[in-house]
Amino acid sequence: MAYSEKLLDHYNNPRNVGSLDKAATNVGTGLVGAPECGDVMKLQIQIEGDTIVDAKFRTYGCGSAIASSSLATEWLKGKTVSEALSIKNTDIVQELDLPPVKIHCSVLAEDAIKAALEDIRQKQAGNQQE
Amino acid sequence: MKKTIFMDYQSTTPVDKRVLDAMAPYFTEVYGNPSSRNHQFGWEAEDAVKASRETVATAIGAKESEIIFTSGATESNNLAIFGVAEMYREKGNHIITCATEHNAVLDPCETLEKRGYKVTRLIPQADGIIDLSDLEKAITSETILVSIMYVNNEIGVIQPIAEIGKICRARGVLFHTDATQAVGKIPVCVEKDSIDLLSMSSHKFYGPKGVGALYVRRRNPRVRLSPLVHGGGQERGMRSGTLNVPGIVGMAKALELCLQEMPEETVRLNNLRNRFETQVMGALDYCFINGNRDRRIAGNTNISFAYVEGEGLMMAMPEIAVSSGSACTSSSLEPSHVLKALGVKDELAHSSIRFGFGRFSTEEEVDFAASKVVLAVKRLRELSPLYEMVMEGIDLSTVKWTDHH
Repeated sequence: MAYSEKLLDHYNNPRNVGSLDKAATNVGTGLVGAPECGDVMKLQIQIEGDTIVDAKFRTYGCGSAIASSSLATEWLKGKTVSEALSIKNTDIVQELDLPPVKIHCSVLAEDAIKAALEDIRQKQAGNQQE
Repeated sequence: MKKTIFMDYQSTTPVDKRVLDAMAPYFTEVYGNPSSRNHQFGWEAEDAVKASRETVATAIGAKESEIIFTSGATESNNLAIFGVAEMYREKGNHIITCATEHNAVLDPCETLEKRGYKVTRLIPQADGIIDLSDLEKAITSETILVSIMYVNNEIGVIQPIAEIGKICRARGVLFHTDATQAVGKIPVCVEKDSIDLLSMSSHKFYGPKGVGALYVRRRNPRVRLSPLVHGGGQERGMRSGTLNVPGIVGMAKALELCLQEMPEETVRLNNLRNRFETQVMGALDYCFINGNRDRRIAGNTNISFAYVEGEGLMMAMPEIAVSSGSACTSSSLEPSHVLKALGVKDELAHSSIRFGFGRFSTEEEVDFAASKVVLAVKRLRELSPLYEMVMEGIDLSTVKWTDHH
C-alpha cells in the first residue's frame, strides 16, 4: 500500500502535537475511538470569540489516523466554529488520498472535531446558565 | 547498511545461493518430466526427484515413500485435513485443532464444519502452549484427526508435539502437525514424535516458493487420504500433477543445508534475538513479550508495545521489514487471532510486532533495528493520548470510549 506524499508528510512531521488545558472554559476536548479498536484521537481546540485560535492533537493509531488528525488541527486553526463544523471526512480523504481501508480514520477525525466543538458548546452553555 | 533490514523471516526467506545453484540445471538441462518412464530425460528427472525425496524424508525421520510433494504448506494442510476427513468419514466426524493455528488449518476445518463435521478448537494457555489434559478430554469416539501446529508462526512457541503424538496414538486418532515454522529450524522426527501427517514449506527454510511436502505415514498406522487434485496419479495418486522438479531439488538442498548448520545457527539466532530483546526491553517501559519465553524457536520474538499501534509503528521504522498483529495491516479490522486466543487484550494485540531473525541477520543489523524501534516507540508515545493519560495516572479501563467500528 503506497501512501501519498501529503499523508507521509503529516505522519513524519505531525503538526500541532500536544495538549491544551482541558479545564479552561475556552478549550474544547474531543476524545474518540477506543484502544481495543486500534485508534484513539484526542483533539482540542481553543477559541476566542467565535474563532478557533489554537488546535492540538494526540493520536494512538495507524499512520493514516495520525495524519488525519494532524491535518484536522491544521485546518481548524483560524476557522470560525461554524466553518469548523462544515469540515467533512471526505475532505480529509481527498486531501490525504486515503485508501478505502483507511476511510474510517478520516471518519474518526471528523468525529473528533465534532466532539471538541460539542464540548465547547456545552461549556459555554453552562457558563451562560450560571 | 542495507536500505531495509529484513526481519520478517517467518513470512518467507531468501533462497540461499547454494540452493539456487543446485536448482539451476533442472530448468534448462535436466528438464524432463519424471513421469516419462521411457526415455533418458524422464529418468534423469526421476533420479533427481528420488534423491530429493530421500533427503526430505531423512530430515524428518521418515521413509522416502512417505513424502508427497505439494505446492506448499497450505496445500499440504488442506490435503491432510480434507483428505483424512473424507477418507475416514465412516469412522467419525470430529476434528480437534487449536485456536492459534494458521488459517491454512483453521479455514479447512471451518469448511468441514459447514459440511457437517464437528470441530473442537483448543484454547491454549496464556503462554501459547496447549494444555494436554484439554486435548485428552476433547477426544471422543468420533474423533478422526488432531491437527496441532509444531511452531506458531506469530509467537514462535513450540507445542509439546511428542506428548500430543503419544496421546493420539494411544487413543487411535490420527495426528497431523503443520510444521511449517519448525522444519529446518529445530530437530523434527516423525517416529519420536508419533506424527502421522506433517506439512512443510520450502520457502520458510531458504528454498524456493511454490513447493512443499506432506509426510503421510505408511506403517503403524497406514494413513490413507482422499486426493484433492485428480489427474495423472502422481505421488501415489494423492497429488496428481507434473512434479516441480527444480523446486523439489531446491527444497531438498535447502533442508540439507539447514540440518548441517542447525546446531551453530540455533545458538547464533538465539544470541541475536536475546541481544535485540535486551536492547529494546531495556530502553522502553510497558513492553511485553508474547508467548512462552523458554519454549520457542530462536529466530522469533513478538513484542507488544503498549500505547502505540502496530501499523503506525511499522510506518515509523521503514528501515525495518517486520509484521504486525495489528488489524490495520489487514482489511478485517480484527487484531491477531493468535494473540486473542492467548488472552492478550485487543489494545495490546494491536500494538504487537513480530521480529524475525534468520540466516542473513547480523549483529550490526540487530543493533541498528533495536535503536530504530526504541526511537520509533518513543516518538509515537509522544503522540499517544493513551500514554499521556497513563503518565497522568489515569486508569484506561475506567475511560468511556466511543466505538466507531
